[in-house]
Amino acid sequence: MEKEKVITAKDLTKRFGDFTAVDKITFDVTKGEIFGFIGANGAGKTTAMRMLCGLSLPTSGEATVAGFDVYKQNEQIKKNIGYMSQRFSLYEDLTIRENIRFYAGIYGLADELIKEKTALLLKQLHMEGQENTLVRAMPLGWRQKLAFSIAIVHDPAIVFLDEPTGGVDPITRREFWGLIYEASEKGITIFVTTHYMDEAEYCNRVSIMVDGRIDALDSPANLMTQYASASMDGVFLQLARKAVRTGD
Amino acid sequence: MRMLKFLLWKELIQIYRDPAIIRILFIMPMIQLLILPLAADYEIKNINLGIVDQDHTEYSRQLVNKIVSSGYFRLKDYSATFPQGLKAIELDKTDLILEIPPHFERDIVKENQAPLFVAVDAINGVKAGMGGAYIQGIIQNYNQDIRTQWIQEQHFNPQPTVEVTTADWYNPNMNYRVFMVPGILVMLVTMIGSSFASNNIVREKEMGTIEQINVSPIKKTQFILGKLIPFWMLALTVLTMGLLIARFVYGIIPLGHYTTIYIFATIYLLAILGLGLLLSTYAQTQQQSMLVSFFVTMIFNLLSGLYTPIESMPAWAQMITRFNPVSYFIEVMRMVMLKGSSLADIKYQILALIGFAVFFNTWAILNYRKRSG
Repeated sequence: MEKEKVITAKDLTKRFGDFTAVDKITFDVTKGEIFGFIGANGAGKTTAMRMLCGLSLPTSGEATVAGFDVYKQNEQIKKNIGYMSQRFSLYEDLTIRENIRFYAGIYGLADELIKEKTALLLKQLHMEGQENTLVRAMPLGWRQKLAFSIAIVHDPAIVFLDEPTGGVDPITRREFWGLIYEASEKGITIFVTTHYMDEAEYCNRVSIMVDGRIDALDSPANLMTQYASASMDGVFLQLARKAVRTGD
Repeated sequence: MRMLKFLLWKELIQIYRDPAIIRILFIMPMIQLLILPLAADYEIKNINLGIVDQDHTEYSRQLVNKIVSSGYFRLKDYSATFPQGLKAIELDKTDLILEIPPHFERDIVKENQAPLFVAVDAINGVKAGMGGAYIQGIIQNYNQDIRTQWIQEQHFNPQPTVEVTTADWYNPNMNYRVFMVPGILVMLVTMIGSSFASNNIVREKEMGTIEQINVSPIKKTQFILGKLIPFWMLALTVLTMGLLIARFVYGIIPLGHYTTIYIFATIYLLAILGLGLLLSTYAQTQQQSMLVSFFVTMIFNLLSGLYTPIESMPAWAQMITRFNPVSYFIEVMRMVMLKGSSLADIKYQILALIGFAVFFNTWAILNYRKRSG
């Protein structure tokens, strides 16, 4: 039986003037999958993700997210996804508890549920007793873990993570991936972009973007066999060397 | 509705936690209201006067005395010839020269008239205009005195009594404060409405939190209302404090109703906040939004009739003031506070402001994009 597809993209393209940021990408993501999106800086990962989240209008091509069309039903999509960008997206002048309450609130969670979720989340992140700390005063790794937990506080079908572990230490990164696996086990589909090749190996499937195109898409094991490399690093370097565009 | 509740709750916490906002919102306006009305006075005093007296008679001395004792002038230079007097102007010692030609007294007595020459340094236009006007007033007054003397006691009056009269049509005394305080209040409310609100949204852009909002199911109008309402409340609070200061510090009690002021302020703020929102949809950084709103509010304030009467502006500038919401509020404030106008008297201004509110807010909402093209 074929698995349910939660994201489909067909020839999805985004042009800015003469510049084609994303060039006819086609792929599917199935429910509960951890789907990695890797590529050099400027390869078009973020632009592709922004189109799927409804933050950027595609130039051409088709795509659906959680069964909704990215052109016409982007407000429907927003109810069913979580999003965490590489830029820090919590309010620094609010406390941990206030951030949770705010984001849970705008996704329409009832007060009772917000209370429940807050307790659960604090426990999961080992942040009990610190709920009244301002986010500004937290170390980056903690903030990113909190941001992820908040991005899935409303139990979305899919969560989009745009370089979520940039600048985070290896231990916290590992913990962060622990949270990702937990979410995946609950049935939340994970769509993640990253620069770290060890993280690419944690994904179920990986697509490698070069110059706006998807040059390779398979499970990490298959890619390593195909490119005769012992690690994803080797696979990525072989593909990325072909790039004409230079990163920013 | 529920979403809006969370947006407002978040916004109020943030405002409450930002020490700069509290300071700028409450302390600065208070200082402005306590200092500006006393300093920003239209009455010109201490005009430096140069005299070129070529007559040296009883009459010429009387005239000089009369001018100096008016309190508006300070005698700074007493030259023998006009070129010397002019030097004093060039050296910035004096602002104004009064030349009394030779045979001044003789001409008055014999010919019944005598010319006087007034030269004004017009670098500071207001000072020049007012100074010239004051001195003319005093000379006219002096003229009157002489005539009266001649009619009453025709021959023997070697020491005529000098009566000091100020030209009071240019000096409505304490009224300046009554005139300025409502205007300054309008300025404050305008600043809070336009720059604070726009800066706040642009800050979310800079922090990146706006992305998180854009990717959520929050509707455009909810987001905008979530920003409008808190600043609308803040501006009304500042207005209230200002009206209290006006009443208890300056003793300005509006002749009209406070409710008239509040109703108008409510509509006015919708227009001004709409403008602030509009600016924020164009600006990418706080610097940009600050500079633009500074520029816009400066133009609005200068063309509002706060400092210079609209009636004395050129026709094209008067046209511009019709597109300036600030000028309507200043007009209404003065009408309600000084003339006691009621809602019916300001219906034209209310309609104009509703127009502005609809225009700015519609433009802002159309221009605010959750999704980039």
